[in-house]
Amino acid sequence: MRQPLRKAREGLIYGVLLGCALVSVVTMLGIITVLVSESVPFFREVSVWSYLTGTRWSALLEPRTFGVLPLLAGTVQVACGALALAVPVGLGAAIYLSEYASPRLRTLTKPILEILAGVPTVVYGYFALTFITPDILQRIFPAAEVFNAASAAIVVGIMIVPTIASLCDDALRAVPRSLREGAYALAANRLEVTARVVLPGAFSGVVAAVLLALARALGETMAVTLAAGMTPKLTLNPLTSVQTLTSYIVQVSLGDTPHGTIEYQSIFAVALTLFLITLTINVIAQRMIRRFREEYD
Amino acid sequence: MSASDALFEPRKQRRALVARLFHAACVLITGGAVVVLGVLLYRVWHDGSELLSLEFLDRFPSQITPEKAGVKSALWGTVWLIGLTAAVAIPTGVGAAVYLQEYAPRNAFTRLIQLNIANLAGVPSIVYGLLGLAVFVRWLRFDRSVLSGSLTMSLLILPVVIIASREAIAAVPNSIREAAFALGATRWQTVRHHVLPAAAPGILTGVILSMARAMGETAPLIMIGALTYIRFVPGGTHEAAPGLAGWVGWFGEAIRDPFVVLPIQIFNWAEQAQPIFHKLAAAGIVVLLTVMLILNGAAVVLRAFWQRKQP
Repeated sequence: MRQPLRKAREGLIYGVLLGCALVSVVTMLGIITVLVSESVPFFREVSVWSYLTGTRWSALLEPRTFGVLPLLAGTVQVACGALALAVPVGLGAAIYLSEYASPRLRTLTKPILEILAGVPTVVYGYFALTFITPDILQRIFPAAEVFNAASAAIVVGIMIVPTIASLCDDALRAVPRSLREGAYALAANRLEVTARVVLPGAFSGVVAAVLLALARALGETMAVTLAAGMTPKLTLNPLTSVQTLTSYIVQVSLGDTPHGTIEYQSIFAVALTLFLITLTINVIAQRMIRRFREEYD
Repeated sequence: MSASDALFEPRKQRRALVARLFHAACVLITGGAVVVLGVLLYRVWHDGSELLSLEFLDRFPSQITPEKAGVKSALWGTVWLIGLTAAVAIPTGVGAAVYLQEYAPRNAFTRLIQLNIANLAGVPSIVYGLLGLAVFVRWLRFDRSVLSGSLTMSLLILPVVIIASREAIAAVPNSIREAAFALGATRWQTVRHHVLPAAAPGILTGVILSMARAMGETAPLIMIGALTYIRFVPGGTHEAAPGLAGWVGWFGEAIRDPFVVLPIQIFNWAEQAQPIFHKLAAAGIVVLLTVMLILNGAAVVLRAFWQRKQP
């Protein structure tokens, strides 16, 4: 007698749970719709070609030009600097934790890395602005500006070390023990086992970790805005102020930009650029992770 | 010493030396990460302790008399934002995880949802801010309110909540489900009475960590416009009429109030050039890190408590 009621309830619950799962799909569609629909009017004013190849970005001052290269250069400069710092450190820490550290030391060190990962990015921005630039960079290079790309790269690097370390640690530990034991049996020492057996075995996992960290560095906002400043320019000098894609978006939204103006639309075009870059990197990283899981599962 | 030993000895020593150097480098690097955390915490404490007091928590920010400024509006803004975010993101995220783990058929559509969640987790947070600006602030006309902020934040941490909850649910042994089914329980009864209670400690830990992350996020909230000197707390300027209806009315108005949160207040202060504002920023960071530490501690304690209760 209660069977139909029970069935209806089960069906209802299934629907609700499916709805929860579909929120994520709707979110992705929403992001794409919003970015594209607000960028279209922008690209009617500014051709895609001149946007992608222009070397001058002057969105808020006349004469206005919208060439994204200076913003892209600033973003890539900060992200590459961060990776140059974080990849050796993160990988080194992962190797230490997975291959060398005793279990006790491991349980002590891992939480510290997790705390580093949990520190809000605005705190790193403050750290860059009040410590790294005045107390380190300007002592070594007196020419360094108050806002500079180098300090941003350093703090973003610190910020992504835990990401790289914990993902690489997972990758290294997934390499079967038998491979290590085989190498030890051939008289290899610990470094040789790590460098010639474990690292090649975990290669796709390590690459995925670096890619995910790169995507995070490219999209990092608050630390970069506080540390690197807001001067869009094409330069290789890391001691001067640059602007990134993200800090441009922040700069516009801090001001009172009315809805419908070209500055307002330009932040959506810039965000679309950022979104496409990070999405591409993430998709490649996911593929690497899947390949690496298939290798040993 | 035999001939073969002499042949191998020089290389053997070099190999051992290189291996020892590498070991030392790894120790140095890992130790370096610990030192950086120490320096960071020390600097923040050093800069901020001078202005820290209980009154600091109970004063509003001020441009004119910065030495008498405080984080009252930001602290309460954070409490409101996290409360509402939790109320939206936890049920939705756990629901989605239950669907994917317990209900979803193994087909292309399910794989698409899973891939999509992994990709959403990698979308820069500022992009969520633009989504919130276009959808909640402009399209749904929630304006620059706590409601817009927490809905945006919910979408941002949803992938994290889903991934953490799925891991916890996947760790529940299959025998528990089979036992429930064998006794005639429906799928929902199995989930409700057996799977979810068993997965609760793991889910709870993941959820609390994701809330700590939401607490530190700044960029998306700057996009939806939570950045002005605000000298009141959400709901603080409205009177609640007596009774439940009055309370509901007050709540409805409170969530439409403009707001500021701790990380934005910190950003605001850190951006100013005068040193006094940097001290304020440091004091704000101490408050923010303390709240996050309490949350993380709560996650650890709750997990331990729950694990003891379960056989």
